Order: sequence, then structure tokens, then C-alpha cells
Amino acid sequence: MTERPKFTVALIGNPNTGKSTLFTALAGVRQRVGNYPGVTVEKKLGGMHFEGRQFQLIDLPGTYSLAPRSPDEMVAVDVLLHRRDDTSRVDAVLSIVDASNLERNLYLVSQVLELGLPTVVALNMTDIARSRGLTIDLERLRQRLGIPIIEIQANRRIGIDELKRALASAAEAKPTERRSPFPDAFQAETAQLQTSWSANGKRAELPRYLAERLLLDTSGYLQDALANDEHNGVAFEEIKAARGRLSAAGLPVPAVEAQARYGWVAEVLSGVVTRPAKRPVSSSDRLDRFLTHKLWGTIVFAILMLIVFSSVFIFADPVMGLIDGWIGSLGEFVGNLVPEGPLQSLLVDGIIGGVGSVLIFLPQIVFLFFFLAVLEDCGYMARAAYLMDKLMVRVGLSGKSFIPLLSSFACAIPGVMATRVIENRRDRLTTILVAPLMSCSARLPVYAILIGAFIPATTVLGFLPLQGVTLFAMYVLGMVVAAIVALVLKRTLLRGPTPPFVMELPTYKWPSLRNVLQRIGERAWSFIYRAGTLIFAVSVLIWAAAYYPRNSVEVSETLAPRRDALAAELEKLPEDSPRHAELSEQLGDLENEIAAVYQRDSYLGRAGRWIEPAVRPLGWDWRIGCAAIASFPAREVVMGVLGVIYNLGGDLDVGEESDQDRLGTRMKAAVWDDTGEPVYNIPVALSIMVFFALCAQCAATLVVISRETNSWRWPIFTFVYMTTLAYLGALLTYQIGMRLPAFISG
Amino acid sequence: MTTLAVLPIGESARVREIDASDEIGVRLLEMGLTPGIEVVVIGTAPLGDPLEIELRGYRLSLRKCEAARVDVEPV
Repeated sequence: MTERPKFTVALIGNPNTGKSTLFTALAGVRQRVGNYPGVTVEKKLGGMHFEGRQFQLIDLPGTYSLAPRSPDEMVAVDVLLHRRDDTSRVDAVLSIVDASNLERNLYLVSQVLELGLPTVVALNMTDIARSRGLTIDLERLRQRLGIPIIEIQANRRIGIDELKRALASAAEAKPTERRSPFPDAFQAETAQLQTSWSANGKRAELPRYLAERLLLDTSGYLQDALANDEHNGVAFEEIKAARGRLSAAGLPVPAVEAQARYGWVAEVLSGVVTRPAKRPVSSSDRLDRFLTHKLWGTIVFAILMLIVFSSVFIFADPVMGLIDGWIGSLGEFVGNLVPEGPLQSLLVDGIIGGVGSVLIFLPQIVFLFFFLAVLEDCGYMARAAYLMDKLMVRVGLSGKSFIPLLSSFACAIPGVMATRVIENRRDRLTTILVAPLMSCSARLPVYAILIGAFIPATTVLGFLPLQGVTLFAMYVLGMVVAAIVALVLKRTLLRGPTPPFVMELPTYKWPSLRNVLQRIGERAWSFIYRAGTLIFAVSVLIWAAAYYPRNSVEVSETLAPRRDALAAELEKLPEDSPRHAELSEQLGDLENEIAAVYQRDSYLGRAGRWIEPAVRPLGWDWRIGCAAIASFPAREVVMGVLGVIYNLGGDLDVGEESDQDRLGTRMKAAVWDDTGEPVYNIPVALSIMVFFALCAQCAATLVVISRETNSWRWPIFTFVYMTTLAYLGALLTYQIGMRLPAFISG
Repeated sequence: MTTLAVLPIGESARVREIDASDEIGVRLLEMGLTPGIEVVVIGTAPLGDPLEIELRGYRLSLRKCEAARVDVEPV
């Protein structure tokens, strides 16, 4: 049994202040990550000990201001004011502040102080402040703020014990009302609103901070959020009137808040921070000039993106091969221990295969987040968004969507996970929903087989290889459709005001290895822990659908007896006789045929046959339909499924060219059951490629989408819209293709 | 009357007024673009938008359409 945490501390701070580094420094790597119900905000909890006392740490999302305008932003306020049942009452607030940027950071501190909770300020990045020639009179700052201020260096774990001590005594202190920084007239209106609010019926008391926010929030969000009260109409009339009075008194809402708080900040900091008369040009400034330069900045960006992107391919691929090999050997090992039958298949193909289907994504996640963590930690991530913003605005998104979408070309899973940098919910959702349209590496083998087998190795326009052009076209198709879908989503389902692109471009600094490793560990663990179990379960379910019912009459009455007879005959022959080799080849073929019959008769195979009328207009026979359905767990399994269908067995190696050729040859030879005409021609091959370019046949991506959006609605939406587009795309491709005379001859 | 959006690169100016009628305006205020504060335009992204400015000792990025609601006067 774990001890109940005695105190709860909430950690809050601006983005880029080292907040998550501090969180890990305090709580260690054991963190509990989940979601707050109903919103897409990550809920991160950790434990902390100090002198025998237990603390629970809540990490609140990084923010510049505690002014909720959306349910996601409301979470922090609700946690701090204990308006949520799913978190404990906060005993103390830890506010992390960037010493090199005190003015803006104290804005948030000024809001936090008004909550009346005991507060400790952690002053981080004093080294950067010093390098800029800033001197901070800490003693005077402590006196002015009246709260403990602890100098720390989160990435070097300096000052952490002192911080814990300050938190321990703060958590035992009583909440105290602090003087409001607002002008008297505004304070009077706030007080009046509080009084009339609680005077009306059985309303709960309105905290001062919320009363202020109600007056300030002209977006109407907060009114609606607090409107679960029958008398709200009256109160809201009052609020409107109060705003009118304030405005007439020269205190326009909402501008009065920034004026009041920055005024307070200026008072607090006067004589505390001294800066050199002329700001020295720092190395960060020079670097920034280069990295955001029209020409050099673009070149460096392109090279960086190329490195990130190709390393995910180059480094992750061998590791994925290794994992694949281990899983295969483990399967073989277990397969030898357990006699053939449902149990063996469940263990080998269901369970071990299912574990493999989770682990196989780890190399890409680890490598991608290694680079993203480095870029983030050194301050380049914000620049990448800055450089690409104008491009992404054209599809209704912002520069922050660029890297997640680029990552999705390797794999949509880390891509979707990388969207957490996008604070705006609608932008983030749009990015998540179109990310799976980027042509990920799992689509490559599908393209490779079909292009190799059916697209002639000629050139177009005299010099462009047609096969390469076709491959390129598939990538372009994904991007174009993604752009259109993003635009449509931003105009329909996810319509809303354009979110501001007003963000800090942080000072460049050396990335800390510890931070980077921690970030990778966090992401990998969160994938295994939150998505892995479900991906595993889906894999086992799909295995069962592809395995059962296993009661084919054809197998039991004709194929199996033939196999047994063949095996018996083989036993008697000497191993080196030519007859032995001939018979074992026959036996192999027969076993492949049995596998093919079982697969055709499995529930999955039946589903494939059942949808044949639907896929015929795409030029597909039931085998292709079956393969498309069976590849739901992951696109790359289509190779194995087709291998089984075409009696080659399921052990085809996607990466092996000889195996691709073998499969290609079988596909070329495939004929329609009824007419005997060849199934495959160029339009059919293209229609399959287009289908796989646009479909959502990747259970793991859908699971990750559900985890990241905290709902099942969005993965289902993704699956439905992508499958519809894939079907229509394949239909158009085939129908148009068959009407172009150049194609029919093949 | 000029706005931050049209201020030449390298130029400093003082904020006069901000249209704070919506979320973007409020965000600009929260980030410290309050009347009276001095800003310097550092540059633009290679595609011409957004802008990089410096204020209160830190660097901020904002789009031109957002900068257009910030009225400034030269110092």
C-alpha cells in the first residue's frame, strides 16, 4: 500500500522555462501521465519526498497567462482553485521563472499570487541572465514579493534541496489574501460581483480571481463555463454593466489587466534588475540572425529536417529489423516447445506477434524524439515553427504543425505524439487527423511490390523513370489530400477564430543530454504504457479473426490426408535422394495451400469475400479485398497476407527484393475465378496503391489518436473519412485508368 | 500613424495602442506589448512572415496581421 500524499504542490510556469526539467528533478522519472476527463490536456503527476514527508506534484501545462478561454486552459485554474474532484486540494504553488526574462514571467506570477495560495518561486536560468549582463537583487525581490525565491539550475540539479525545503514550509502555511494589482475601481467592481454572486440563491462562493476573470473575459467562454446556475442571466447583465462603468472610468476591459499587472511588475522590478545601458549582442543573437536568415536559415532548416527525417529511416530501420528478428526467433523457439495447433498459433502469432507489433514502433519513436528533444531543448523548435508558419497558414494551420506532419512521413505514431507542442485544440486536432495521410514508411513495401511488378521501367519526358515518378506521385497524393482535408476541417468541424502565433523565440542554449534522454524515455514509456496494451489487444483479436474457425472441409477431407500421406512417404526416404527433395517441395507447396485455404475460410477471409461486390468496381478480386481488410492492424502485413493468399506462405520478408519478386510474379499470374482474365493490370495496381496511400489501415495509429485526443470519436472519424477517401480514390483511379487506352494493353 | 507590421527591420518604436477586442489582442497584451513599451523589429521569416521582434528583453514572434493591430510611434 502506498502512503497517501500529505501535501499537494502544483507546478506552473511559462513555456521554455525548464518546467518539465524541474518537475523531473523534483519527482524523479516515476511520473503518472494521463488525461483530465473531457479535455485534451495531459495530466502529469509525480511524487516527492522531503524529510519524511510525502508530496504529490501536479505539473500544469506551460502557459503565459492564467486566463482561461477554453476548456483546456480552464484545467489549470480549476486545479489551483480546487474546482475539480479528480485532483487533491493544492497546498502550495511552485512557480518557475526564467531569470533572463523576469518582466514577462512575473505577469503569470502576479496572477498566481492572487489565488492566495502559499507560493514559492524557483528562479531558473540565472546563468543566461548573467551572460546577458543582468544583475538581480534577489533579497530586494524577496522583500517586494513577500514569498520565498529560490535560485536553481534545473538541468544541473542545483538548488533542488533548498527548493524542497521551501515548499515543505510553504505547504504548511495558511492561504493568505494578497493585495490585488488592479486599480481601486476595478477592485470595487470585483467585490460587488462576488457579493451579488453569492447573494443569489444557493450559489457557491465566487473566488476573487474568478470574479476578476469574469469581468475580464470578453470571449464569453468563462460565463458559459460557470453558467450551470439558474440565476446566471442576472449576474451576466451585471458584468456587462460593470464593464461599461469601468470603460467609462478609463479602465477598458480587457486591456486593464495587462496594464495593471505590467505596472505591478515594473514596481516590483524597479531597482531589482539592472541591465547594461546597451544590450550586448549575445552569441544567441548572432546565431539567431544566421538561423532565421532568408537564405542560410532556409538551407540550415532544410538540412536539419533532412537529417532528422533520414536518420529515422537509416537508424531506426536496422533496429526494427533486429526487433523483428528477435520476435521471429522467440516465436520459433516457443513454436518448437508447443505442439502445432491453436495454442501454438495463439502464442506465436497472437501474443508474441502482438508484442512485436507494439515494440516495432519503438525505434522510430526513440529516434524521432531524440532529434525533436534536442531541437526543443536548444531552442530551435520555436524557430522551425517560425520559419514554416507562412507555408502552413495556407492550409489553415500554423508553423507548429510542420514538424509533426514531417515526422509522419516516417511514421504517423510519433507524428501524432509530437502534436503536443500545438496548444490550440482545433489546430492540434486537425494536425492529428491529417497526419496519417502522410505516406509513412510502412506504405513503402506495398508501393515497392506493385510498382516493381506492374509499372513498366520506362521513362517519361525522356529522362524521368516512370517507376520513380509513380512512387513520388503517391507521396504527393498524400500531401495534397492532407492539405485539402485540413482546409475542409478548419472550415467545418473545427472552425473557429485563427489562434494567435504570438510566441516566444527562446534564447539558444546547449541541449542537456539528461533532458533529452528523459524526454525520449518519457515518450517511449508513455507509448508502451498508454497505447501498447491496446495495440497488443487489437493484434490478438485480429489474429483470432484470421485464425478461426479452422474447420474447412476441403482441408480435412482432401488436403490434410494428402499432406499426411506425403509426410509419411517422406519419412521413409533417405534424406539425400532426389525423390526426397522433390517430395519435400511438394509438401511445402501443400502446406502453403492449406494455409491459404484456412485464411480464405477464416472470419477475416470471409469478410474479404463478403465485400467482393463492393471492391469489384475498384478492379479488385476477393483476394485483394481480403488483403485490404487483413492489413487493418498495419499496412505492412499486407505483404504477408498476400503471400499466404498466393500460396507462398506467410514468411515473406518485406525488405527482401527476391521475396518481392516472387510475390510480384504470383500476382501477375493471378486470374479471375470466373473469366480467367488476369486480375492485375496497371489501373488495378494503381488503384491498390491509391487505396493504401489514403486508407487508415493502421490500428496502432488509431489507438494513439484515441490516447492523444482522449476520446474514441476522433480515431473512428479518422478511420471512416480515410477509408471513404481511399475507396473513392481507388474507384476513380481504376475507372479512369480503364478508360485510357494506353493502360489497358498493360 | 504607423503599425508594428510596417516598421522597417532594425527600427525601434514605442507602442501607442493595441486593439484588444479579441483573443489575439489579449495575447499581445499578455506578452507584454502594452502601451508605452519599446519594441525593435529584428527581422522576418524567410517567407516574409511572421516577424521577430524584441521587447522587455526577450524575442517574440508574431504574424504581420497580428502586428498590424499594434499602433506604434517612432522613438
